[in-house]
Amino acid sequence: MTDSFGLALSLIVRADPELLRILALSLRVSGTACLLGAGVGLLLGAWLAAVRFPGQAAAVWALNTLLALPSVVVGLLVYLLLSRAGPLGSWGILFTPTAMVIAQSILVVPLIAALTRRLVLDALSDGGDQLRSLGAGPVQCAVLMLLHQRRAVLTILLTAFGRAIAEVGAVMIVGGNIDGVTRVMTTAIALETSKGDLPLALALGLVLLGVVAALNLAATALARGHGALRDARLA
Amino acid sequence: MSLARPLDSTVVLTLRAASVAFGRVQALQDVDLTLHRGDRLAVVGENGSGKTTLLRLLHGLLPDQGQRTQHVLPSGKAATLAMVFQRPFLLSLSAQFNVLLGLWLQGMPRSQREQRCRQALQRVGLGAQARRPARDLSAGQQQRLALARAWALRPDVLLLDEPTASLDPSAKREVEQLIETFADEGLTVVMSTHNLGQAKRLATRVAYLEAGRLVVDLPVQNFFNDRLPPKAALFLKGELPWA
Repeated sequence: MTDSFGLALSLIVRADPELLRILALSLRVSGTACLLGAGVGLLLGAWLAAVRFPGQAAAVWALNTLLALPSVVVGLLVYLLLSRAGPLGSWGILFTPTAMVIAQSILVVPLIAALTRRLVLDALSDGGDQLRSLGAGPVQCAVLMLLHQRRAVLTILLTAFGRAIAEVGAVMIVGGNIDGVTRVMTTAIALETSKGDLPLALALGLVLLGVVAALNLAATALARGHGALRDARLA
Repeated sequence: MSLARPLDSTVVLTLRAASVAFGRVQALQDVDLTLHRGDRLAVVGENGSGKTTLLRLLHGLLPDQGQRTQHVLPSGKAATLAMVFQRPFLLSLSAQFNVLLGLWLQGMPRSQREQRCRQALQRVGLGAQARRPARDLSAGQQQRLALARAWALRPDVLLLDEPTASLDPSAKREVEQLIETFADEGLTVVMSTHNLGQAKRLATRVAYLEAGRLVVDLPVQNFFNDRLPPKAALFLKGELPWA
């Protein structure tokens, strides 16, 4: 364990190029996947909270079921879609970061949508009538509630990012863990573990944990900074 | 009992045999109500009698059995309504955004929106607080902001659901003064309240709800001086027993 800490520290202090490349790719893939997933998931969740339609209960049930979707299953589905024999095989993007982004986006959409739906439902029970009384339609109400609850939305996105950057199954299947091309933190950890290089695997794990912790800190600081800035403006 | 005489004969809104049910609970039953321009109607009744439901129904926020009509006024437009809720819901954005939002939702052009917003905030004494986050305002200021948001829409009917229920005496007085000035402009005001003194001070007409039925609708002097049905009389004396 001490060796691992030492190695992790040494990798970070030396700004190890390999580590930085893996880290940058991990952040790029998971960040892009979260942005894409947010575009779909926030709107889907808000829409499901705002409108009533036949089969809605089934749609919500399906969405909640997809929360437990194993990442390897997503990886397998995307692999089948993008493999040469698959319907999207002609795109030629299997074993590329783009394929990894697609897989992670699919993984985070149910999470973002389900949490957003609950958030908007609660907000609407509090202030939906007021917004409707001002003339807002159902979808406008839901979008305004997302704006109203923007900090909670940020927390949802951080949760989704955490799920994306920490998953290994999907990116391993559709990315292939190719050195310098599709190797990200989690696939690198899996590889080093299989090679028996546990200190390096642990070191990478610590770096991954550190990245997530730093992002959480940044989000907290952002929220506090926004509050402080607002207070300063009012003083 | 219904003897209320309007100050202005222009009818702005009517309910005929209006009923609202929430599942098996009958919240309102066979309510007939006519609102004239300039009416100041206080809706009173014990908890759960249907006051808030009546206001939401008047606004058209609830489906009902019966007939609800927003009448066309001499200006050629149908009467418009705005509502202030007991706990005003304000978006966690600036005070002015909360006012601008209502105007934007009404489709008002941007230049007019900003001017109307400024007027409304100044009208309720919040001109200097325009950029403050709405949720950082005191309870009284939040209620005034909600009034500004409603008034900015220039409604023909202003619905107020216990507008001073959670305010301290000073904030209560400020809000009452605002309601009074809005009503003096000819706005029709419908206000639910538990405060009979407030009804006496602000209303020209009082309606009493009992278990979802509108059992009394009288001019304010008659309501407080005439012989009322037994439960309404007990309510007036503050002796209504616990159900």
